[in-house]
This record gives sequence, C-alpha cells and structure tokens, in this order.
Amino acid sequence: MPLSSLPSLDLHNPVLWVLSIPLIGSGILALVPRWRAAAVLNVVISAGTVGSSLFLFVRRPDENQLFFIDDFNIYLVVLTAFVGFTTALFSSAYIGRESKARRLSPKHLRFYHAMYQAFLFTMLLALTANNIGVLWVAVEAATLTTVLMVSLFRTREAIEAAWKYFILCSVGIGLALFGTVLVYLAAQPVMGDGMPAMAWTQMIQRADAFQPELISLAFVFLLVGYGTKVGLAPLHAWLPDAHAEGPTPISAVLSGLLLNVALYALLRFKMLVAANGHALQPGPLMIGMGCTSIFVAAFMLYRRGDIKRLFAYSSVEHMGIITFAFGMGGGLANFAGLLHMTMHSLVKSAIFFAVGLISQSAGTKRIADIRGLTVSQPFLGWAFVVAVLAIAGLPPLGIFMSEFLVISSTFASNPLLGIPVILGLAITFGALVLRLQGMAFGEPSVLSGYGESVRLSRLARTAGMLPLISHLALALIAGIYLPGPLVAWFQAVAKLLG
Amino acid sequence: MLTAGFEYHTAHLIGAVVLMMGFTLLYQRRMSAVIRAYSWQATALALAAAWQGFVQHAPHLYATAAIALLFKGVAVPLTLSWLVKRLGIHRTVETALGIGPTMIAGVGLVALSIVLVLPVTSGAGAITRESLAIAMSVVLLGLLMMITRRNAVTQVVGFMALENGLILAAVGAKGMPLVVEISIAFSVLVAMTLFGIFFFRIRERFDTLDLAYLETFRGERQ
Repeated sequence: MPLSSLPSLDLHNPVLWVLSIPLIGSGILALVPRWRAAAVLNVVISAGTVGSSLFLFVRRPDENQLFFIDDFNIYLVVLTAFVGFTTALFSSAYIGRESKARRLSPKHLRFYHAMYQAFLFTMLLALTANNIGVLWVAVEAATLTTVLMVSLFRTREAIEAAWKYFILCSVGIGLALFGTVLVYLAAQPVMGDGMPAMAWTQMIQRADAFQPELISLAFVFLLVGYGTKVGLAPLHAWLPDAHAEGPTPISAVLSGLLLNVALYALLRFKMLVAANGHALQPGPLMIGMGCTSIFVAAFMLYRRGDIKRLFAYSSVEHMGIITFAFGMGGGLANFAGLLHMTMHSLVKSAIFFAVGLISQSAGTKRIADIRGLTVSQPFLGWAFVVAVLAIAGLPPLGIFMSEFLVISSTFASNPLLGIPVILGLAITFGALVLRLQGMAFGEPSVLSGYGESVRLSRLARTAGMLPLISHLALALIAGIYLPGPLVAWFQAVAKLLG
Repeated sequence: MLTAGFEYHTAHLIGAVVLMMGFTLLYQRRMSAVIRAYSWQATALALAAAWQGFVQHAPHLYATAAIALLFKGVAVPLTLSWLVKRLGIHRTVETALGIGPTMIAGVGLVALSIVLVLPVTSGAGAITRESLAIAMSVVLLGLLMMITRRNAVTQVVGFMALENGLILAAVGAKGMPLVVEISIAFSVLVAMTLFGIFFFRIRERFDTLDLAYLETFRGERQ
C-alpha cells in the first residue's frame, strides 16, 4: 500500500537527486572491478551529491508524506554530503596504500566502495525523511552497511567489533521501533489512520492533542533506542570498537556523520514531545545522559592505548556535550549545540584522516609506539597537533566557540549544571594534551609502516592531505568569524528546536 | 458478522500464545528445543498478523503474516539447526543466570509492562491496549533472553524473539502504514545475523563484562 501512494518525485526536485545519485552510484560501484577507477568514481559520485544538495538552497521542495526539507535538516544534508565527499577523497589515498600493501583484495574494495555510497544514501534518506517509519528503516539500513564495512579487514578484532556493534545497535533500533509504534498510537486518534499519523510535519502541528502519557513512554524508548546509536553513555559500548577496528575513512564518517544522524532522529522526536506540552520534559533526561557521557568518556580517555579508540571516546564526549546543549534548550544553547554538531563533524573527521595517515606510516595504532611526529613527518605532525588542540577546545578554533557558548548559556540559565560540564571538559583536555605530547614531540619512533614500497603518486598524496587541511581551515574560520547569514540561519533553526 | 468481543478475545488469545512461547524460550535447556520454540512463536505471530489483517480489513498485513510464517517460522529455524550442526555449537544452552531466576525475572517484566502500558493507553481502544502490553512483554522477554544466555545462537534467538514482539506491536496498531516494509527490513537484519554467525564462525558470546579478557586481547593494558 504505502509504496503505491509514493508521492510524485519529479525531476525538478533536488531531494530526488540527492537520494538517487548515491543509490545509483552504489549500484554502479558494485560493478566496477578495478579499485583505482572505483576510487575515482566514488569521489565523482560524492561530488555530484554535494552539488545537488546545494540546489536545495535554490529550490526548496514542498513537503510530502515521505520527504521534507526544512531549515534544520537542510544544513545536515549539506554537511553530510560535504563530509561524505572529502572522506571519499581521503579514502582514495588511504585505500591506495592499503591495496598496495595487499591488506585488501580487489573484491573487498569493490564491496567497500559500493557500501560507502549505500551508507551515504541511508544517511541522506534518514535526514530527508518525513515519515518516522522511513526514518527508522533508514537508520537500520545505515547500521547494516556500516557493520559490513567495520568487518572489512576480517581480523578477529574487526569481526568481534562488527558483531558487538551489530547486536547492540540492533537492540537499540529495535527499541526505537517500539517507540515509533507508540508515537503512531499516540497520533492515530488525533490524525486518523494511515500515513498522516506518521508524517512528522503533520504531527508537529497537532502534537498538543496527543495523549501525553503515551508520547512520554514513547520518548523513553526512542531515547534509549536512538541514544544507543548516538553513543550516549551508558549505551556506548559498541562505539570505540567499531571506530577502532574498521578502515579509517569509515571511522571518520561514523564519528562525523552517523552519530549526528542518530541525534537528528532523536531531536525530531524531542521537538514532538516539546510541542505536546503536557508530556514529560525531555530536557532533564537528555541533560542527564549528556553529562554521564561527558564524564565516562573523560575518564576513559586516560587509559586508552590505541589511538583510534582514544578519539572514539572523544566522540562519546562530544556527543554528550551536544545532547547536553539540546537538553538545556533555549535559543543560545540550541545555537551552541548546532554549531558544535557542525564543528565536531568537521574536526573529528579531520582527526581520523590524520590518524589514518599516521597509523599507515607508523605501522601501528599503539599510542606508546608513536612518538615525535612533528619531527619525523613535520607537515602531518603539525596538522595533527592543530586538529587535536581543536577537538580539545582550544581557541581560536571552532569547537572552543561552541563549547564556550554551551557553558555560558548553561551559566545563564542554571549555574549549578555548568560546573560538571566545565569539570568534564577540563579532564578531557588534560587527557588529550597528555597523549598529544607523547605522540607529537620528543625523540621520533621508527616508522615501521608502509615505506617506499607503497609510495603513492603526488596527486594521490595531495588527495589524502587536502580533506584534512580543508576541514581544519573551515574550523579555524568558524572560530574566528561566523558570517552574518550563517548566524541568522543557525538562530532560526535554534528557535525551531525550542 | 463477527462481534467486537469475539475479535478482541481472539486477538488477545493469539497474543497470549506469542507471549507463552516467549516464556517457553526461557526455560529450554537444549538448543534444538529453543529453535523449535522460536519457530512456534513465529507461527503464532503469523496468525496474529493474519487475524489483525482480517479484523482491520488491511490486506497488507497478510504479507506480514506470510513473511512471519515462511521466513521466521520455517526458513530461520532450519538455517539455525543447520548452523548448530555445521559449526559444532554446544547442543545445550549455556546460561549466565539460572533458569529459575530467569523465569521469575520474566514474570516481573510482564507485570512491569502491564503496569506501565495499561494506565498510559487509557485513550486507545481496548484491543490496542492489551496487545500493546503483550507486545511489550514479548520485547522485554527477548531482551532478558539476550542478557541471560551466553551462546551466540541463543543470543540471536533472543533478538529475533524481541523482534517478534515489535512486529506484534506494529500489527496491533490500527491502520499503521509501512508495517510490511518494516518487517522486510527486520528480516534482512535477521538474515544478516545468521549470515554473520556462519561467516565469522561466532560460537561464543562476546562478553563485554569480562574486561580483563578484553583489555589483554586488545593491548589496551599498558
């Protein structure tokens, strides 16, 4: 029934392009046998997605039962397409080295590229979905595609990580589905049977008439369900493993994009609950989980021995900060949360780009075995230093600005809550600087990774560095000066979020 | 013409059978019995979906019923038995928590979902309320099974039982669209888990609680 009622998506609708380019691209990439051609094609397809996502600004499509674009998701669609593109660029260099070192066979690479585009498709589908059932199916499919990519190296650790990720997130999205059914049940007496009671834009207008107890119960399930995918403590157990054992470009998109998408899903339901007015307050729950995540991650950071795990825990911390900010609510805190989402996306993926290059040249992911990067590889080493300082929240980079706004808005509304956040940030800062010192400075360790035998062409090496530099440059610019229109627009979205 | 009372009682009865099978899953000691109990649960779910399709005049629910019957009731159990044989998985169920305490916890969870759901859904029709309470109990029992069983296969059966509860909730929600799509999406997920067990030869559950093992294994301890 529902597919036949599929609203007409005509060719002038940019949403159609944003969704069909990666989907068709995935199909094509599954057929391309040569990895070199596939890597280039992957970049071209991702660039096409970015291009068509920009058209959303020019011609914003009308909403329908399945898809809609508003101020909130348009920016996440563009961000997702952009980071998807830069990661594809980085991936072409990364994959080049892995393939030359014979860690990945052509068959695996073909699979990897097809899955990469399929993954982008599912994320964009989740972001543009109006129907909460479609949103759920998209998040579920995103889990499936990433599980396949996390297990790509077929080592015991990778398989264990993929399995753990799979089981924990399957249970998570199972609970999210139960929450979705409860939301439908709450909406159905008001909206009538069928599609309108699952269309977000229609539900939000009449959410005040929904039965409050039912929607409260639904939100608890949705928070636990989608919260698992966001990686909020104590539901974060899958996250470090999945980030550490998969290929590094996948760690970058997992951290930079997928966590955002899951949080986006949660926020849509938060808006619904808030619009109801009589249901439970979603704020305190989100503040609680956010604070827990900040603290758990902050202390975990000190004991990490693996460089990718270190930054995976840092992602838990940052998702905690963002959830905390949205939980506080109000114009300034929401603004800070949105800015932090963007900055974290850019900086964290940049860090994973750097980590990928470092672990390839050092031949290890053990922090203790990586020393003196600024001496042995000056350019990469210093870029890494800048990226880590950015994620730790040092001015003048963008994350400082958003963290500052989170804290100042908290102190303005509820000073007592500001103290644990500042404490958590300080502990994290200490851990990151401690680890950074060892890795970046001092006597350089012997580089036992891919040496001269897997040297790439100049073009490929540039492709590997360019995403890192551009992300850091954007974070720096945002930290120094946010253009007026961007600020106005973030403010409009912050107001939308309530 | 059927009376509303008959429709309600029949839906209630079938839902209760699904729930009973959820309990049956908890006290099995042999792997083959677990798989058989799961098969029966899926069959009961198919019946529930078909009945809801009939009562709600929603023909698409017959598709959900067919998926439940053919895929979950027949194909999945057969694959699981084959996997157990092929991978040489323990034929007895390894428990993390004894069967007695698990059953008591299960009764507690059913009570919890009734206490939680019934007052909350006072606005909805009776048929929705009760089937939602039953569905939530099935979901929680599946979760309980995942937690209290050590072996990967029993863990996966727990997940699939949880999923049966979710589909039961979805078919019970009057006029809910996309139920077929959702059950297809879940079937893909289930197929992937089975494939995963076979492909990765996963016999044991990865015990996240066993930190010492994990840390030495990953070189986390410095």
